[in-house]
Amino acid sequence: MASITLSHIDKQYPNGYVASRDLSLEIADGELLVLVGPSGSGKSTVLRMIAGLEKPTGGTITIGERDVTRLPPQDRDIAMVFQSYALYPHMTVRENMAFGLRLRKQPADLVARRVTEVADALGLAPMLDRKPSQLSGGQRQRVALGRAIVREPKAFLFDEPLSNLDAQLRVETRAELARLHRRLGATMVYVTHDQVEAMTLGTRVAVLRDGVLQQVAPPMELYRRPSNQFVASFIGSPSMNFVRGAISRDGGRPRFTAPGGLSFAITADLPATDGPVILGVRPHDIGLGPADNGGPRGVVSLVEPLGSEQIVYVTVPGGADFVAAVGAEATPRVDDPVSLTIPGPAIHLFEAESGRRIGA
Amino acid sequence: MRGRIAARVGLVLLVLFAAFPFYWAVVASFTPEATLFREPSLWPRELILDHYRALFTERDFWTPIKNSLIVALTTTVFCVTIGAFAAYALARIEFSGKRAVLAFILAVTMFPQISIVSPLYMLLRSLHLINTYPGLVLPYMTFAMPLAVWLLVGFFRQLPRDLEEAAMVDGASRWQSFVRVILPLTGPGLATTAILTFIYCWNEFLFALSFTLGPERYTVPVAIALFRGQYQVPWGQILAATVIATAPVAVVVLVFQRRIVQGLTAGAVKG
Repeated sequence: MASITLSHIDKQYPNGYVASRDLSLEIADGELLVLVGPSGSGKSTVLRMIAGLEKPTGGTITIGERDVTRLPPQDRDIAMVFQSYALYPHMTVRENMAFGLRLRKQPADLVARRVTEVADALGLAPMLDRKPSQLSGGQRQRVALGRAIVREPKAFLFDEPLSNLDAQLRVETRAELARLHRRLGATMVYVTHDQVEAMTLGTRVAVLRDGVLQQVAPPMELYRRPSNQFVASFIGSPSMNFVRGAISRDGGRPRFTAPGGLSFAITADLPATDGPVILGVRPHDIGLGPADNGGPRGVVSLVEPLGSEQIVYVTVPGGADFVAAVGAEATPRVDDPVSLTIPGPAIHLFEAESGRRIGA
Repeated sequence: MRGRIAARVGLVLLVLFAAFPFYWAVVASFTPEATLFREPSLWPRELILDHYRALFTERDFWTPIKNSLIVALTTTVFCVTIGAFAAYALARIEFSGKRAVLAFILAVTMFPQISIVSPLYMLLRSLHLINTYPGLVLPYMTFAMPLAVWLLVGFFRQLPRDLEEAAMVDGASRWQSFVRVILPLTGPGLATTAILTFIYCWNEFLFALSFTLGPERYTVPVAIALFRGQYQVPWGQILAATVIATAPVAVVVLVFQRRIVQGLTAGAVKG
């Protein structure tokens, strides 16, 4: 096991496309770090650079104490689980799992013992002599995992390993991966575009956008204190509501006013700021009440019942929609006039220009 | 329904049209020379093996068969081996001028054979390779190699890149991943390429005629063409030789036909 350090990594392709810009990241020994971002954010490229499948155009990569920036993949002692699983179709499950150890000229009895151990742990023992084409998607996924574990590498890299599984299997495998990480105590880097996977699996989560690192933090920290508007909108579902407007203070009490008539007092201490801002509030922090309880008013325009909760779209003056997530017991109806309750501490403020978080 | 019947009839006619010459060759090769000219019949009335017997007693047909086998097999081995490395590089490794190389390889095949016979002849003569096996293998490679490379590039491109990358992350060098992962998976492609190359060389006529001087180096097509003497054309023997030269190839093609078609269309859909 080892830590991984990326320092000032740049990656520009010959066609000019920049996949990574001055990216520095430290992955502690035994940590499961999730790289998350929309497609095209450069997260897979970062993973492939750690693996050695792509060469950075600038910066250094260290695994353990060793600078591996210029080393080919085979000399880095890392294992990777591919989105397509990339099992060798002409080899049995046993041969697939033994491939890495065989290449390292390990004695045959040790290889056989390791393969059996791991196969038992993953429930693959009954299918060791089958070919990948005779396995279901979930089983293939396990073999890919087993092939990585058998080698006892310095670090595990996962490239969207769950995206080819159906929804139920994905949830099960996600939990299994989390347990596996705890049991092995291994350093893992996990790439996904799914923020739920990122939040549930990550010791820390790194959010990428256009090749630039936005924030690295433990999942709840990311949710509670997103460092900019992009992270705030990417993490959490439904996505955070944003309104552009301005903060003013009449008699010390801060008040938010948006063009179009939306205006309400904020019942909390705000960081000292005046002028244009972007106000953000998560759907789960918004309460809905009768139209006359003093909060900003609006009209329900859509209700999406999800069972455990209901997603309510409220159109406020100025035409913007606020999305609120309310409990199953509420009875919102389309065209009902309602008022929104926005607790002061739940409000996030971002700079109007840069989108950076204001205050702590 | 009527359309389908019409299509069936059309298909049958087409097959008859294509297969008739070969059928006729087979029938004629078993028919006595005299009958062949006096009262030819579509149905064999009298079958004899004389023509076949004459091939191996009077004419020593073994020598051209041996020559053809040596030349075709050697060319095939070289083309598939060298072609596999070249094609792998062209399919997988990024280097500048890759497109140009591929286009150039294709362009080589565009020359009509006849246009390069004279220069090749002079080249081979100065190398003292006229009327030798290398003197045929080398020129054959000029047209068989581009074919092999293009076919194999198609096969290699079909393989997912992930497999090699997985092998390399697992600890394989590029060479090891090529030998232990890529080659086993390209087996069918290599076989198809080998078969097509072999057939190409087996049937080749112009170079073989131009670069050999005597019966000890004639290949099958050349030997057959030179059966005709000054005063007579031994049609029975010519057709018997044709059947012998064609039958093995026809069997191989029939057995592997699906693979061969795949090979010819490989890479046609996915660039």
